Amino acid sequence: MATTEIPAGSGLVQPLGRSTAPDNFLTHTRGFASWALTLDHKRIGLMYLACTSSSFLIGGIMALILRTKLLTGNSVSWMSHDVYNHMFTLHGAVMVFLFIIPGIPAALGNFVLPIMLGAKDVAFPKMNLGSFYLWIFGAIFLVTAILAGGLDTGWTFYTPYSTATNTSVVLATMGVFVLGFSSIFTGLNFIVTIHTMRPPGMTWFRMPLFLWATYATAIIQVLATPVLGITLLLLICERLMGIGIFDPKLGGDPVLFQHFFWFYSHPAVYIMILPAMGVVSELISTFSRKPIFGYTFIAYSSLAIALLGFLVWGHHMFTSGQSKLASVIFSFLTFSVSIPSAIKVFNWLATMYKGSISFATPMCYALTFIFLFSIGGLTGLFLGALSVDVHLHDTYFVVAHFHYVMMGGTMVAFLGGVFYWWPKMTGKMYNETMGQISALLVFIGFNATFFPQFVMGARGMPRRYYNYLPEFQFFHQFSTFGSYVLGLGLSLAAFALIYSIFKGKTAPANPWGSATLEWQCSSPPPHDNFSQTPSVNHPYAVETQVYDPQLGGFRKDPNVVPLEH
Amino acid sequence: MSATMTTAATDHGHEAHGEHHAHHPFQAHHFDTMVQQFDSAKLGIWLFLITEVMFFSGLFVAYILFRVNYPEIFAYGHQFLDKTWGMVNTIVLLFSSLTMAWAVRCAQLGQQRGLITNLIITIACAAAFLGIKYIEYSHKIHEGLLPGALFSYDPNAHHGEGAGHDSHDSEHSTHVTGPMPARIGLFFSIYFCITGLHGIHIIAGMIAISWILYRSIKGHFGPEYFGPVDYVGLYWHLVDLIWIYLFPLLYLIH
Repeated sequence: MATTEIPAGSGLVQPLGRSTAPDNFLTHTRGFASWALTLDHKRIGLMYLACTSSSFLIGGIMALILRTKLLTGNSVSWMSHDVYNHMFTLHGAVMVFLFIIPGIPAALGNFVLPIMLGAKDVAFPKMNLGSFYLWIFGAIFLVTAILAGGLDTGWTFYTPYSTATNTSVVLATMGVFVLGFSSIFTGLNFIVTIHTMRPPGMTWFRMPLFLWATYATAIIQVLATPVLGITLLLLICERLMGIGIFDPKLGGDPVLFQHFFWFYSHPAVYIMILPAMGVVSELISTFSRKPIFGYTFIAYSSLAIALLGFLVWGHHMFTSGQSKLASVIFSFLTFSVSIPSAIKVFNWLATMYKGSISFATPMCYALTFIFLFSIGGLTGLFLGALSVDVHLHDTYFVVAHFHYVMMGGTMVAFLGGVFYWWPKMTGKMYNETMGQISALLVFIGFNATFFPQFVMGARGMPRRYYNYLPEFQFFHQFSTFGSYVLGLGLSLAAFALIYSIFKGKTAPANPWGSATLEWQCSSPPPHDNFSQTPSVNHPYAVETQVYDPQLGGFRKDPNVVPLEH
Repeated sequence: MSATMTTAATDHGHEAHGEHHAHHPFQAHHFDTMVQQFDSAKLGIWLFLITEVMFFSGLFVAYILFRVNYPEIFAYGHQFLDKTWGMVNTIVLLFSSLTMAWAVRCAQLGQQRGLITNLIITIACAAAFLGIKYIEYSHKIHEGLLPGALFSYDPNAHHGEGAGHDSHDSEHSTHVTGPMPARIGLFFSIYFCITGLHGIHIIAGMIAISWILYRSIKGHFGPEYFGPVDYVGLYWHLVDLIWIYLFPLLYLIH
């Protein structure tokens, strides 16, 4: 391998940057079993990517069907109330549990994290594969639930309705339970990998910020997900045996379910957004050709979000009759989460300031992220304010808010990350124009879809309703047409990526001039990533990377002395 | 089960890492040293134990909530739990923790026979615990002392003649005092959920220890490589520790 004898850090790791290395992880072994039983984190990451993206497609199609129904506020012949209820439940469950939660950590994280650490693999490769199969089993349970009676509880499974409905709650909750363990094992793996497998020279504060973000995410996954597990187990017992813990008839407390559920599911919101912030930190620095501004603050703010995220679950229950004192405290803590989030946004903006910004597709998505996440985050403050929340609770305002954060934030950053690491994963460059147009369409379509929902929510349109009053029709129709544009943009993004596999130019080792380790091995990386553990400089020393027209990409210039960061 | 992660792919043996010692046969290829491998798995098992604590925490919160809201059902319900069996089980588990710790020590010192003997005793203790739990459970199921909606115990049927019941039944009937509170089923919901989940963990522990036993018999462990024994041991101590909390919280309250 070309890398063996060259001193680590010299930058000449892949002299033949244009040509795909003769042995890469895609060609290392062949056949179905070599993928199905692989312990290679890169292959597992790609399998996760394929599966979570397929789930996203399914969830997205459901969303488009729902939006199409909502073109009219009256009943339609092709979709009954029941089907509508089932579909928005499954849209939520599929998107949350099958796509957003595993999306960035398990797909992109799995692929990138060990390479960023200069390691051969994650600490527990078998557990990693196991977590992927748990995801598969969880998905099978969910699909079975759809086929065996559907699910109409909403993705939150609130009692007492979830114990009374005759749909497949048990199967669906079993699925989510299993998916939870998949998530726990991913998180556990990442924490251990980051702790024990960092290369010489990579201190905690020389880690790429994506690793800080996945680390913070993993803490939440490990601490919060088991609580969801026990909650769902109790819900299953409740349905099967009538244990009564959530049943007021037997002395139980349905609000206890909400507390348990949100004790997981609010931190889970940060499981979704934190890795997205990590991706954006990488993108902003790389495409501004500047070291990230405020590294330490961004790193600590990830941990702060992870920890504060555990203390705000009660803001989902302002109207559920919890004590006023509790509501006030939860409201205050909710506002406090906005501080570390804002720290990140300001640091990204400061990074771009006087940067040499390139509007490559990943950067377009990163900018979209900052814009949409800011709206999503700021509208969260409305909902965190007690009196305002009473008015906005369970309206489309909430729907718009969390779509701005989850979809405008996480999904957009996910796409940015996929475009960014795509050359590394596949060894192919996508068509830049197609990518940029897709980002533009997503930006326009997304805002057209969800901005009207803020307006109609503030005017009292409740969420999850099949019918609506005529005065909301304009907003609903605007939103629906926006969703078609969004769907088009996403399809174009998918097309650009898939097309590149067949027709794309061969990718150089480092097409973007990023200084993190994954760009020092070839594209796609060899089976073992690095034949020997590399030593590292600062991950954002982008000034050391110079463009080499012969490679069609960047390489490390040995003459440039990295600035003191 | 998490300990299986440490079995790790056996060494591919083709890559020298410039280390001064040869690869141990159980060193996975992606670790540079045995120490790194051990530290990783050790951290992994501690994290796993944290998830277990969080997993049980939901039930403990439910316990606290209902104990505060309905103290009467705990005061009444706990009288049906057999303190003697509970104490015996506590001793059995504590003893099994001793043998488990001893087994780890034996593995570290390379004492093959001691390792195997201690693991067998640990598994036997776990089985004894489950046996006693079976006796307790079947007695309660027989009496209708069941969770929530399934609760069908009739206090009047037991205050009269104790004829036809074995000694346990009559023993209980004499101990139970006071009128039966409403919602008493909730107590047994908590009892069965929490001890049931604990029982499942005992079974998982038995499987894990059996796997360690199998590997011990094959002679895998010694001073150089004893990690899996250590990790399973830690898991076993946690399962034991949870019972140390459950016994007073359920059996020894007033």
